[in-house]
Amino acid sequence: MALLEVTNLSITFGGLRAVDNFNLTMEKGELYGLIGPNGAGKTTVFNLLTGVYKADEGLIKLDGLDITGHRTAEIDRDGIARTFQNIRLFKDLPVIDNVKVGLHNQFNYSTAESMLHCGRYHKVEKEMDEEAMKLLGVFDLDKERDYLSANLPYGKQRKLEIARAMATKPKLLLLDEPAAGMNPNETAELMETIQLIRDKFDMTILLIEHDMKLVSGICEKLTVLNFGRILAHGDTKDVLANPEVIKAYIGE
Amino acid sequence: MRKTQKKTLITYAIVIIAYIILEIFMKAGMMSSHLKGLLVPMVYYAIAAVALNLCVGILGELSLGHAGFMCVGAFSSAIVSQLLSGAIPDALRFILALIIGVVISALFGMLIGIPVLRLNGDYLAIVTLAFGEIIKNILNSIYLGVDSAGVHLSLKSQMALGLADDGKVLINGAMGITGTPQDSNFTIAIVVLLISLFIVQNMIDSRDGRAIMSIRDNRIASESVGINITKYKMTGFVVSAAIAGAAGVLFSHNIATMQATSQYFGYNVSIMILVYVVLGGIGNIRGSVIAACILYLLPELLRGLNKYRMLIYSIVLIVMMIINWSPALRDKRDKLRKKLMKGAGHGAA
Ligand SMILES: Nc1ncnc2c1ncn2[C@@H]1O[C@H](COP(=O)(O)OP(=O)(O)O)[C@@H](O)[C@H]1O
Ligand SMILES: [Mg+2]
Repeated sequence: MALLEVTNLSITFGGLRAVDNFNLTMEKGELYGLIGPNGAGKTTVFNLLTGVYKADEGLIKLDGLDITGHRTAEIDRDGIARTFQNIRLFKDLPVIDNVKVGLHNQFNYSTAESMLHCGRYHKVEKEMDEEAMKLLGVFDLDKERDYLSANLPYGKQRKLEIARAMATKPKLLLLDEPAAGMNPNETAELMETIQLIRDKFDMTILLIEHDMKLVSGICEKLTVLNFGRILAHGDTKDVLANPEVIKAYIGE
Repeated sequence: MRKTQKKTLITYAIVIIAYIILEIFMKAGMMSSHLKGLLVPMVYYAIAAVALNLCVGILGELSLGHAGFMCVGAFSSAIVSQLLSGAIPDALRFILALIIGVVISALFGMLIGIPVLRLNGDYLAIVTLAFGEIIKNILNSIYLGVDSAGVHLSLKSQMALGLADDGKVLINGAMGITGTPQDSNFTIAIVVLLISLFIVQNMIDSRDGRAIMSIRDNRIASESVGINITKYKMTGFVVSAAIAGAAGVLFSHNIATMQATSQYFGYNVSIMILVYVVLGGIGNIRGSVIAACILYLLPELLRGLNKYRMLIYSIVLIVMMIINWSPALRDKRDKLRKKLMKGAGHGAA
């Protein structure tokens, strides 16, 4: 069974068909690329998948479960986590607390225990700290645990956003232009990080990217969007050789 | 020890040390009766500022009606104390009045929060502003009494209550509540302040608090990691309303005749508390306490200097604003604090 099955997804913004009849099937463990020129509707697809926008039509199935119409917070609990094209960190919280917010739903104690620091508080907080540090270690952010996240360098902010998403233990990770604004060094490091989460967590990843080198380097399959419609999809090599794709996107 | 834990302990220490110093002054007879009378109000405004900072600085929602929650806490607890006065031991009665005042304020917080906090946008400010004014006006116009037949309520006059001979007027319209037992004193007020600080500071350093602050920092990201936005906004707001209610309980047990006037519970009071929060530093709980104490006492202490009073007050306001909000000075302040702490550490070792 496919992990993600999207059929006939569409949304209109005031006459503009931003996403038109979008289909996508992803198998578990795949690293799938979603590419297309600016304004093609890629981010809108992510917003539809995560319930930020409600689709006019279409069906979204995750791991056999129909999640169409679920709200954003629910969809995270269903198993889809994401990052944002414009980084959205909890900027006045320390690095470790950004990850601990991501761990929120995997650990539990009551509001009374929050207010009084009694009962399960100390034990659970310790577990959360350990878990968060493990994740920060994977992303090489453990030395910055007490920095305010706003004070991290750009590349590390991107990584922290991925770490926070991973903290929610998703089945599917959506990355929206993770290499945007990065220098070549940072991009190379990011590619390693993405490979690492795939191998270490056996993660299924859908990735929006502009950087063709990154896409052809790590994605096995691609879907190309243009003006909200699918232009081509399939194995990366085939798609990138498709003359229509070259004309619409790469040739521009 | 973790950095946050250290910070909260310092806050308790500052409050306790200030309390001890003031108590010594009082016991030594070195304090005018005028100043003595200011101590309890100073502390309940500090409590209200802590409550409001939870709402504004931690939850990131503007409330212009915290005086309204104080009002609810003040009136409900005064009624409890009047009804139970003499029936049970005073200490127990006060604790009961405190609990009921807090719970009823929390309920009002919930009533306001349920419709308003679901919406994304700055609706809370306008709704709380209206709430504060409405609650004040309602309490100004109702007459409430009890006798052996039960509770009597009227909107006309005290006579219209038709109380039996054994009856007791609880709320006398615009004349308010008279004769609430004067339980509040400086020590009790400080204890309530410490409890409020304990709850708020603990909360900030907890799973609930992180969820609340994540909503403040980025609602969309917070939702995307599975945080139930409405639930945590409600939690923050209701706790904030409850603590403001506690400040109201201290208020009503510190004043012989309490009326729901603008002077005590109007929007200008809400704004005054907001000024304490802003000048103490939004999100800085300790700052709220310090700012409330200084800014409450200052104009009162300067009464002698009639002409220059407001001038000095405004200069202090400006200086506080600069210290707390200019990034360069904030850095300097933090560095200085670090140095002082180091010095203290060496001294102790
Ligand atoms: N909330 C919205 N309201 C109106 N138009 C929108 C909205 N979100 C996206 N769009 C439009 O939809 C189109 C696709 O945008 P987007 O998905 O952000 O493109 P990209 O492929 O660059 O990520 C653009 O024309 C954009 O202006
Ligand atoms: Mg985009």
